[in-house]
Amino acid sequence: MIKAVYRWFDTRLGIGDTWMPMLRHPVPRELAGPLGWWYVFGSASMTLLLVQILTGIGLALTYVPSAGQAYESLLYLNYQQPWGWFLRSLHYWSGSAMVVMVLLHMTQVFWHAAYKYPRELTWCIGVGLLLCTLGMAFTGQVLRWDPDAYWGVGVGAAMAGRVPAAGPTIVDLLLGGPIIGADTLSRFFALHVFVIPGILLTLLAVHLWLVIKQGVSVPPQPGKIVDLLKYDAEYHEELRRGEPFLGEAMLKDVAVSALVVIVVVTIAALAGPKGPSAPPDPTLSGANPRPDWPFLWLFGLLSLSPPAAETAVILIMPIVLVLGLLAVPFISNRGERAPTRRPMAILLMIVIYAVLGVLSYMGQTSPWSPRMLAWSGDAVPVNLIKKMDESLSPVELQGAVVFQNKQCRNCHALEGIGGTRGPDLTTVGTRLTRDLLIDQVSNGTPGGGNMPAYGKQMSPTEMTALVDFLVSLRPAGTPAAITPSDRGTKNKGRLPNDASATTGPSAAK
Amino acid sequence: MTKTTEDRSELEVKPRRVFLKLLTALLGAIATAAIAIPGFGYLAAAVARRKEQPWISLGPVSAFPPGETRLKVIKPSDNPLAQPWDGITAQTGVYVRYLGRDESYQDQFNVFAINCTHLGCPVEWFPQSGLFMCPCHGGVYYENGDRASGPPPRGLYLCVWKVKQDANATEPHLFIQAPFLPTLQHTLTDKG
Ligand code: FES
Repeated sequence: MIKAVYRWFDTRLGIGDTWMPMLRHPVPRELAGPLGWWYVFGSASMTLLLVQILTGIGLALTYVPSAGQAYESLLYLNYQQPWGWFLRSLHYWSGSAMVVMVLLHMTQVFWHAAYKYPRELTWCIGVGLLLCTLGMAFTGQVLRWDPDAYWGVGVGAAMAGRVPAAGPTIVDLLLGGPIIGADTLSRFFALHVFVIPGILLTLLAVHLWLVIKQGVSVPPQPGKIVDLLKYDAEYHEELRRGEPFLGEAMLKDVAVSALVVIVVVTIAALAGPKGPSAPPDPTLSGANPRPDWPFLWLFGLLSLSPPAAETAVILIMPIVLVLGLLAVPFISNRGERAPTRRPMAILLMIVIYAVLGVLSYMGQTSPWSPRMLAWSGDAVPVNLIKKMDESLSPVELQGAVVFQNKQCRNCHALEGIGGTRGPDLTTVGTRLTRDLLIDQVSNGTPGGGNMPAYGKQMSPTEMTALVDFLVSLRPAGTPAAITPSDRGTKNKGRLPNDASATTGPSAAK
Repeated sequence: MTKTTEDRSELEVKPRRVFLKLLTALLGAIATAAIAIPGFGYLAAAVARRKEQPWISLGPVSAFPPGETRLKVIKPSDNPLAQPWDGITAQTGVYVRYLGRDESYQDQFNVFAINCTHLGCPVEWFPQSGLFMCPCHGGVYYENGDRASGPPPRGLYLCVWKVKQDANATEPHLFIQAPFLPTLQHTLTDKG
C-alpha cells in the first residue's frame, strides 16, 4: 500500500530518477572521515535560516508593523503572549548565530581555498548570501522599533544623504517620506519579510545547485595544486572513489545542526529577548544609538575615521569591501589550496579578523560617545576632595562644583568614572600648569578639535575656581606642574593673557 | 548572383514569423512599461511628500523668555508631515531661542532642528554650560548653533520661522515650518 502510494508520487515527481541521485551525489571520500567536520558550517547556516523562517512567521502573527503600535506589540509579545518572549529571543539569537555560521562557513572556504576553479561563482553567490544575511540583521534591528532603531535609521539616512546631489532623494526613498515614521517601518518590514528573503532564497537555490553541479571540494593537501587543464579530470577521478552525500557525510551536518539548535535555544531561553528599550519617541533625550553586534565594527570605523575622510569612508568603503570579496576567486583561482602554502592569504585573513575584532570592541565601548548623565549622576570621588587630612580650599571645592555643572564630566572621567571622550583628569594637576589649563579650557582644542572652547561659557570667577580645582587634582604630596617658562624654555603655547584677549573672560591669576 | 535559400534573409522566407517576433517584443515592452511606470511612480511618492510645508504654531512669543533655549515638542497631531498612523514617532522637537528684539523692534529667534549635523543624532541642550552636546560622537555646538567641536562639519540646522498674529489670538505667535530629517545635502533653510 505505502509502496503503491510512493510509486504514484514517484512517477509524477521523479523522486527516484531526479531527487535521490541529487541527495546521493558523490562527495570526496574524506568527507566521510574526520575531515568531514570542516564541511558542516553551510548546512548549519541553512538550519538556522529555517529556524529564522519559522520563528519569523510566528512573530509576524502578532507583531504590528505600524509606527504607532509596533512598540506596544513588542511589549505584548514580551510580557503577555504565551511563549512570545521566547520566540522573539530565539529569532534574535538564532539570527545572530546565523551571521556567525555564515562567517565560519566563509572562513572555512577561504581557509581551504575552496573558492578556486571551478567554484568561483559559488563563492560570489555566497558573498551575496552574506550581504543578504547582514541585510536581514540590519532590517530586523529596525523592526525592534525603539530609540536605537529610530536613531539607527536616522544615522543610516544621514549617511545616505551624503551622496552628492542625489542625497535628499535617496533619503526620502529610504524613509518613505520626509520623516522617520510609519512609512519607514513599513518599508523595512517589507524588506525584512519579502524583499531580502526572496533574494536570499533565490541565491541559496543557485548556491546549492552549484554545490551539486561543481561538487564539494576535496580537503586540500600541500603540493596538490589546482590546474585549470587537469582539475576536471582529477576531480572526476576523485569522485569515482567518493562516497554518497546521503550517509556518513550528511550525518555530520545533521549532528552539528542539531547541536547548534540546542545551543541557540539554550542561549535564547537564558538570555531572553533583546529590547525594545523605550518607546520610539524622537524627543527623548540621552539616546545613544548603537547598532547590533554585526555592525559594531562599522560603527567603530565611522566614528574613528577622520572628518575629512568620513564621507569617502561612508560612501566608497562598502563598495570597495564588497568588490574585494567578489574579486577573491578571480585574484587567485588556481595553484595551491593548502593553508600552509598560502601564507599571505592566511595572514590577510587573520589581519582582517583582528581589525574587525578591534573595531567591534571600540564600537562596543565607544569611547568617543560622551556620557550624557555623568555630570549629574557621577559624584566627584571623595578622595579627590579630601586627601589625607587635608581637604580642598573653598575655592577649589567651588571649582569641583563648576566642573560638574559645566558638563565637563560628560567627557572627562575622574578616577575612571565619567565620559571617556576626553582624557581622564584625575592627575591633570601634575601634567598641566595653571596657565595651560586656562588656555585649554577657554579655547578648547585649537582649530575646533574635540574640546569646545569654554571661554564664553563661564564667568571669570567660575574659571578661577575650576582651574584651582584642576590644579589640585594630583596625588597628595605631588608638586603641581611647572610652567615651561619657569624652566627657561620659551612657552610655545598661547599665553593666557593673549587667550583672554580673544575669548573674553580674563580668568588668570 | 542568385541567392541560395540559406542566404536569403528570414524576412523574405518567413515574413509572418518575423512580424510575430517583433510584435512579441513590442507587446513585452508595453507590458513591462505598464507595470514599471506605475511602480516607479508609487515608490517616488515618498519624495513628493515633502512638497507642502504649512506653518505650524509653536505658541505665543511671550512663552519664550529672552536668552533662554527651550525644547519645544511638536505633537504628532500638529506635525503636518505626519501620517495619522505614525504614532509617537511623528513627535518632533525643536530648540527655540528667543533673542529679543532687533533695532527695528522685530522679534528674533533661533529655531534649531534637534538633529546633529554630523549623522543626525538628537543633540541635548545644557543650559548650565550653554552648549548643545551630541550623545553619539561628541559633537558640541554653542548656544547660537555654531559648531564648537567634534566631528560635525557645520553648525546646527536652522528652521524657517516667522512671527505673526494667530487667527483668533491677540498675541503674536511663533510659527515654523515643520522640520524633516535634514541631511548635509538638504538643509532646512536656504541659507544652509
Ligand atoms: S551624530 Fe552628532 S557627533 Fe556624530
